[in-house]
Amino acid sequence: MRRRRKVIAEKYIARSSAIAARLIGGEMMIMSAVDSTFFTLNEVATLIWQAADGRTPLSAIVTDKICPEFEVDPDQASRDAERFVNDLCQHGILTMSEQPFTSPPPPEAR
Amino acid sequence: MSLLAEMNQKALGLGIPLSVHLDVTYRCNERCVHCYLDHDDHGEMTTAEIRDILNQLSDAGVFFLTLSGGEVLMRRDFFEIVEHARCLLFNVKMKTNGAMVREPEAKRIRELGVEQVQISLYSHRAEIHDAITKLPGSFKRTVQAIRFLKSQGLKVVIANVLMASNLFDNTGVMALAKELGVPYTLDPTVSPKMDGDTSILALRIPGSELKQVFRNQELVGNVEEFCAPPPAPGEDVMDGFPCSAGHTACYITPYGDVFPCVQFPLPSGNLRRQKFADIWQNSPQLNEVRSIRARDLPTCSTCAHVGTCTRCPGLAYMEGNMRGPSTADCEKSFQRTGIPSANMLLKNRTRPTVPLIQIQSIA
Repeated sequence: MRRRRKVIAEKYIARSSAIAARLIGGEMMIMSAVDSTFFTLNEVATLIWQAADGRTPLSAIVTDKICPEFEVDPDQASRDAERFVNDLCQHGILTMSEQPFTSPPPPEAR
Repeated sequence: MSLLAEMNQKALGLGIPLSVHLDVTYRCNERCVHCYLDHDDHGEMTTAEIRDILNQLSDAGVFFLTLSGGEVLMRRDFFEIVEHARCLLFNVKMKTNGAMVREPEAKRIRELGVEQVQISLYSHRAEIHDAITKLPGSFKRTVQAIRFLKSQGLKVVIANVLMASNLFDNTGVMALAKELGVPYTLDPTVSPKMDGDTSILALRIPGSELKQVFRNQELVGNVEEFCAPPPAPGEDVMDGFPCSAGHTACYITPYGDVFPCVQFPLPSGNLRRQKFADIWQNSPQLNEVRSIRARDLPTCSTCAHVGTCTRCPGLAYMEGNMRGPSTADCEKSFQRTGIPSANMLLKNRTRPTVPLIQIQSIA
């Protein structure tokens, strides 16, 4: 009997354009232009947000950027990243899809 | 401490100009009686110059960008400027009189992700508003603009400058703001003209009328708290600085001049000749403004109101000394609490007094 493998769909994340953002002393400051909610992201979250170009899968962001930079356990990092991404998606700061975004990459804060 | 206050604190420590007010033009379709600007175009910056400045501001860490004028929509490239600013992810607020905002403009403003639009409204009565703006029909157009902007889901704020000529209309404007579903702000300060001409100060409301304004719960919230006598200032107050001007904020004119604030016309550099970062970091004028602490103010440091006064260093500068008192704010502190400021007491002491009985020798 063949075992059925559970297929986990890739997630692609893109920065919303309806926000204002600036990197201040290593922390990303973000304000939603829709409801003026204000966020600050720590270094890890900032790295995820900056990498959210709509084309790189979230799993690749975690393994290629987060794990080497912060020396964290990949499983734990994936769970944390998913939670963070879901949170920001709920606030409209990020958008998520199971397919790569076809529109040009959103602007990145300087 | 709120997140925003934390970021302000961080920006202050890092020397980052978090907020910039950029006037893109001084040209205007209205001729408001209290306006401090010269509306002739003396060579305002081109689109390319403004785009370059926005790039520099973004690199410097500016987050809040207020675009104002004059009337911003007098510039045909205004939306191009906003588009570039939004591509650089600034939080953009704009100020307008609304006379040129119709449905397409409101839609464009929303599409560009402008966070807030501030609109000046002087009265709920068309004849009073139009007499102040000197543009017939402006009241109708401005109110229509607010409706267009609101219908796009934009955040709109009404700014009501209070003067002798519209003194009794603030409650009417508040009611109109409520009907339109927008917040209302009131400003009882008329500033001298940029060139130092103080003739328009005659339009200010009398100090005694301020007292009524400060006791309006709808405007100030808890009146008892707002009008309470000032607490004794602690060391932190004496080591503090008056406002964000020059510390985390500055102002840029349509000609590229950099000032600490729109109300503080101390020339600190020009962006046609220097880079923004150079002016922000090295301008002797900005560094002088930054060096001033409450304890360095000769009169105000001795004042009971030093910790609670809204003293504007720009208005003080226009009165002749950036370390001096701003008499408009002395008046506000006095009308709010009933306690005269140190400056008022000093003036009363030095004013030549007429003797109660004058005796002349008969000889």
